[in-house]
Amino acid sequence: MKKSDKIKIILVGLYSLFLLVSFIVGFTPGKKIALHLTSFLTYMIKILPCAFILVGLFEVWVKRELIEKHLGEETGLMAYVWIILFAGTIAGGLIVALPVAFSLLNKGARLSIIFTYIGAAAICRIPMTLFEISFLGIKFSMIRLLVSLPLVIITSILLEKYLIKNKYKIIKEN
Amino acid sequence: MLVTYLLTSIILIVSFIIDKQKTYKAIRVAWKKFKKIAPAFIVMLIFVSIILFIFPDEVISRYLANNNKVLSIFLASLIGSITIMPGFVAFPLSGILLTKGVSYMVISAFTTTLMMVGIITFPIEREYFGSKVTVIRNIISLLIAIIIALTTGLFFGEIL
Repeated sequence: MKKSDKIKIILVGLYSLFLLVSFIVGFTPGKKIALHLTSFLTYMIKILPCAFILVGLFEVWVKRELIEKHLGEETGLMAYVWIILFAGTIAGGLIVALPVAFSLLNKGARLSIIFTYIGAAAICRIPMTLFEISFLGIKFSMIRLLVSLPLVIITSILLEKYLIKNKYKIIKEN
Repeated sequence: MLVTYLLTSIILIVSFIIDKQKTYKAIRVAWKKFKKIAPAFIVMLIFVSIILFIFPDEVISRYLANNNKVLSIFLASLIGSITIMPGFVAFPLSGILLTKGVSYMVISAFTTTLMMVGIITFPIEREYFGSKVTVIRNIISLLIAIIIALTTGLFFGEIL
């Protein structure tokens, strides 16, 4: 067992013990923490099955050549538009975007596309943006989108350049 | 959320009709991938529950509704970076903040870092991309969030 795994097990153990003791002695902060845990856990249980099933289907059906051709090394600006549109339709934010991004990377998408995808999935999901508009107004959301998207694309390209220069290797899954 | 479920179901059913074996394989792949990342998710959940306890809504609005703009943006980015909440919680909260007199600029810093910068999702991101990339990506996201906040402030006339 890795050292980091041991630390995780100890952490989970201590945390569970803390919650248990909190309930026995009626320690309010502990109870509140448990409440936050259950509410966020429910949220994740709702969102994660879809995310991972989609990732599974993606891995099985989508051919590597297809991704390499459209999102790989040779792609132009349109690839960024496509990946942003794709990101816009996926619910769940970073938590869902990360496993999807990793699958894309393993299928041969280039790094700058991956980073654009993660950024876009965080800030311009369509359902979320509509919700945002209803609370903060369209001017607010438009400024955010118009300023952030170019910055996300530019920084993704720069980050890719930097990582390639430094011979960055991602631990690829087989 | 409903749309995501509907979409996933349709794709899954279509996949099943076309090729049963491949669909089973897809589900096995999904499960394998989930199992691999599950420990990181559990660690994240623990952090989330503690962070949300330390920063309940009242505390967030107290910190953000102050007159020092630089300090407010700094606090908003900080709280946004270390907390995590789904959009359906974050935006109603932002709406409330707005009525309490918090500026658009500060709300922008808060919501953008909330979505883009993930100190809490660090264990998950690191598992996939390694520590170095995770740190760089989050710092870049923080800078983007601050630029967005300042632009928002400029357009809403809150800076000058």
